[in-house]
Amino acid sequence: MKQKRSLLEKAAAVPHMVWVALFILGPLVFVLYFAFTDTRGKFTFTNIELLSSYSHIFLLSICFALVATAICLLLGYPLAFVMARAKPSRQKLLMIMLMLPMWISLLIRTYSLMTLLDNGGLVNSLLVKMGFSPVTMIGTGGAVILGMVYDFLPYMVLPIYTSITKLDRKYMEAAADLGCNSIQTLFRVTLPLTVPGIVSGITMVFVPSISTFYISQKLGGGNFDLIGDTIERQFKYPSTYHVGAAISLVMMILILISIAVMNRFSDGDGEEMIV
Amino acid sequence: MNNKLIELRSISKSFDGEQILCAIDLDIHDKEFVTLLGPSGCGKTTTLRIIGGFETPDMGDVLFDGVRINDIPPHKRQVNTVFQKYALFPHLNVYDNVAFGLRLQKVPEDEIRERVREMLVMTGLKGFEARKPTTLSGGQQQRVAIARALINRPRVLLLDEPLGALDLKLRKDMQNELKRIQKATGITFVYVTHDQEEALSMSDTVVVMADGKIQQIGTPTDIYNEPVNAFVADFIGESNILDGVMLSDKKARFAGQVFDCLDGGFAENEPVDIVIRPEDVDVVAPEKGMLVGDVSSVTFKGDYYEIIVDIKGFKWMIETSDYVAPAARIGLYIEPDAIHVMKKSEYSGKFGDYSTFSEEMEHLSDPTIGTEEEDDAE
Repeated sequence: MKQKRSLLEKAAAVPHMVWVALFILGPLVFVLYFAFTDTRGKFTFTNIELLSSYSHIFLLSICFALVATAICLLLGYPLAFVMARAKPSRQKLLMIMLMLPMWISLLIRTYSLMTLLDNGGLVNSLLVKMGFSPVTMIGTGGAVILGMVYDFLPYMVLPIYTSITKLDRKYMEAAADLGCNSIQTLFRVTLPLTVPGIVSGITMVFVPSISTFYISQKLGGGNFDLIGDTIERQFKYPSTYHVGAAISLVMMILILISIAVMNRFSDGDGEEMIV
Repeated sequence: MNNKLIELRSISKSFDGEQILCAIDLDIHDKEFVTLLGPSGCGKTTTLRIIGGFETPDMGDVLFDGVRINDIPPHKRQVNTVFQKYALFPHLNVYDNVAFGLRLQKVPEDEIRERVREMLVMTGLKGFEARKPTTLSGGQQQRVAIARALINRPRVLLLDEPLGALDLKLRKDMQNELKRIQKATGITFVYVTHDQEEALSMSDTVVVMADGKIQQIGTPTDIYNEPVNAFVADFIGESNILDGVMLSDKKARFAGQVFDCLDGGFAENEPVDIVIRPEDVDVVAPEKGMLVGDVSSVTFKGDYYEIIVDIKGFKWMIETSDYVAPAARIGLYIEPDAIHVMKKSEYSGKFGDYSTFSEEMEHLSDPTIGTEEEDDAE
């Protein structure tokens, strides 16, 4: 196990170590410190105890993230399936269409959704022109979830697409041979064998959805306070750093638990997992 | 045995402009063990996939029990397949893999339990129910694949090089076992292989294929003793294939001599290919031989010696149980029934003598066997 590494090999790892120490370990230590101290720097549990008053925010965030993840999965799996089964040239085109929005900043994409959904926005003016009455979309929970789905859908599609393309065609042929029609093949063979892709897709959508603050602020019109918004607000003033740190810590633990639970699902297949 | 179960009627298929099958005609009878034999790229696997429904022919018809099934998808055919690399479902254990087909047919669970048990006993897999396929050896996976296909009681079982991934001894055992299963179940087997020995030892009927065409259909003995052309003669077993002329019925001239033979029905002075199997040639003293040549190499093969003899520049292969010294001058004696005459074909001249024969060095990895006495330098 213990092999002597050359000086150069050690030196090559230094920049990464410095990076990890400065930007990952350091902030974590600060979060831990603030979460367990009061404004005078004394050790305390009051910040954690205070969190019970935020439980409705946690619940709301989890609900929004779950709904967004579920919609992403329902939209993403068929899309990934169609992409993986398309002709190579068509596959490339679909892939570019999926990736193109990701080359644009998340902020700009969210703003563009705002202009679409606003009360005087594109969709509503179109509705009015067609003789319908305008619909309030901005500021609703639906708008927030739409924003999450729109922003994070590619993270669901890509891992599933990869796992479907990697799946050997022989399994589908074996299923057909044993009497499966194409729908039975999908549910009995393709879906179970692409669980690792589904799991990493769910994780990659759920984690940013539960921690987002920008989407809920811009599309929720301030009506929805999610964990991300709460944390952001706490860190605006030094006096509330401590509560903000405590919320961050609990959210981190929540995310770690959900990832651990998700990974249990793909266990036993021996497939390697992203995350 | 006599009713046709599957009929292929002038089937053609090409991939990316490359012709894989050219107008194949084939009848497969009920309860028959048919082997499609040929080198890689000859179209044997494509033929199997057309019967299974995984490919549709560009031209021609596939008939099953007299009904055209070209457009019937695989899951509606009374055919099951044992795939080349087994294709067992990795997310299911052995029991669920075997039960897969029955569950789709909505067979009651108790009946499934009984039939799976029966199948696992027949394939020697009792006690493996809960194991995942990835934890099984190649031979065990093979058995699961057979059990998974046979449990559906198909009319026809298609096997695509099912023993290719197994080592030699296990292969021999599995050959016997497959034959036993086929006899016990009475199911028609269509077996694809490139291994001529496997084909000869297992099949009722061998279909030799090359270049997308069927070269010969016959029993193993027919194929071996009466090959129709130089390709079949060369592919099945070892053969000396000579250019000859049929002077009249039962008189053939080759290697500069006139021989008595048993074949007839050719035109006078028709050019033909002559096949003589290495084991059918007797080694005699030079003065008694019909042909005389110099031994250019001798290889010990265990129960026989493989001798390459140079006769007027043509290298013959001869198998004999008597030792002959390298470089010795020997005579060859050929009985009339050892001479097989074939019509000229597109393969004439492609397979000739053994001057470029490269010996499989079976002893190479065994340090206890010396190679000095084996004069196989060519």
